[in-house]
Amino acid sequence: MERVPILKLGDILIVSIQIDLDDQSVLTLQEDLAETVVSRGARGVIIDITAVEIVDSFIGRMLSTIAAMTRMLDAETVVVGMRPAVAITLVELGLSLGGVRTALNLEKGVVMLEHARSAEG
Amino acid sequence: MTVPADAARRRIVEIFTSQEEPLLRRWSQISGAPIDELRDLHQALRTALVGDADLADVRGLLGELSRSRARQGYTPSDTARVVFSLKEAVYEQVEADGQTEALRGFAWLSRLIDDLGLFTFETYSAAREKIIIDQAEQLLELSTPVVKLWEGIVAVPLVGTLDSARTQVVMEKLLQTLVDTGSEHAVIDITGVPAVDTEVAQHLLKTVVAARLMGAECVISGIRPQIAHTIVTLGIEFGDIVTKASLADALAYALTRSGVQVKGAATTRVAVRAERG
Repeated sequence: MERVPILKLGDILIVSIQIDLDDQSVLTLQEDLAETVVSRGARGVIIDITAVEIVDSFIGRMLSTIAAMTRMLDAETVVVGMRPAVAITLVELGLSLGGVRTALNLEKGVVMLEHARSAEG
Repeated sequence: MTVPADAARRRIVEIFTSQEEPLLRRWSQISGAPIDELRDLHQALRTALVGDADLADVRGLLGELSRSRARQGYTPSDTARVVFSLKEAVYEQVEADGQTEALRGFAWLSRLIDDLGLFTFETYSAAREKIIIDQAEQLLELSTPVVKLWEGIVAVPLVGTLDSARTQVVMEKLLQTLVDTGSEHAVIDITGVPAVDTEVAQHLLKTVVAARLMGAECVISGIRPQIAHTIVTLGIEFGDIVTKASLADALAYALTRSGVQVKGAATTRVAVRAERG
């Protein structure tokens, strides 16, 4: 089974999804991520889905779950790089990813997390 | 015209006129067209044959027929077949008559009918041509530009009626531009949209939510008073989506949001507020 790598940049964790996600790899990713957030003391998580071309309700829910999970661990999640086609599909599916912050690309995602942290003080 | 040819012509017109009912029934049977439609054609054709052979009326009727059939999706062959089947119907009457004059006259009438058949074909293609031109114009309306107003701010001026197909195109184009230019603010200006119903509103909301999913904020501007009234009357909820009266207001808002200081933009609002003593 393929594992999604989790990269650390300062106190931000970057997850770039480059593979076709199946149910098992999604569950593994959620566990790995929760563990890494705690062990590294991360304050933010960026999920990069630039390479994801096809989404379904399962992946939509995965993003919401990860966001809710990391928030409980005091880390903010930003989903970046969503393709237009993916956004349209999610809207058509009726998923608005409530509670998930989004940014156009990785760079803006990092800026967004820094802003959020400076606002908290 | 020579004397025998004239006689032949007279004979065929006579048959054509005297045998009207059986002729029409047979014609309708062969062509499958309603008998009333054919009766008009028959009458116009008879008038033309008896008189000076001026086919203007017949052509007018046939033109109407082939245009309406073109719109209903009939093939040109179907329409021409209606005309050509008259030949078969007339020939049966000529055969029953059995005279050489009648046969000779039939050859003449046959040529005439051929011309009419070809005329329906021409009208058909003209009608189709018009349909294609109309559609090309409608397609042209579809092209909606996404314009850059400022660094990080793009706008879509929507003009014309919005339907699902068109909104889809606009939505895809806008979202793609957001990615390409890295813009975090988009203004959808609906000044040119004549009416907003629940469907159009739904499409607008979808676009805004999709842009939000990608990490961009959408502002809807150019809502005219009547449209605002309609939207409220219809009970459409715009939720937390930012709406502005004019494109200028929307631009000022987007600029402020992206950290650019706008001076003097708020002065337009001061006049609206009533002063209290």
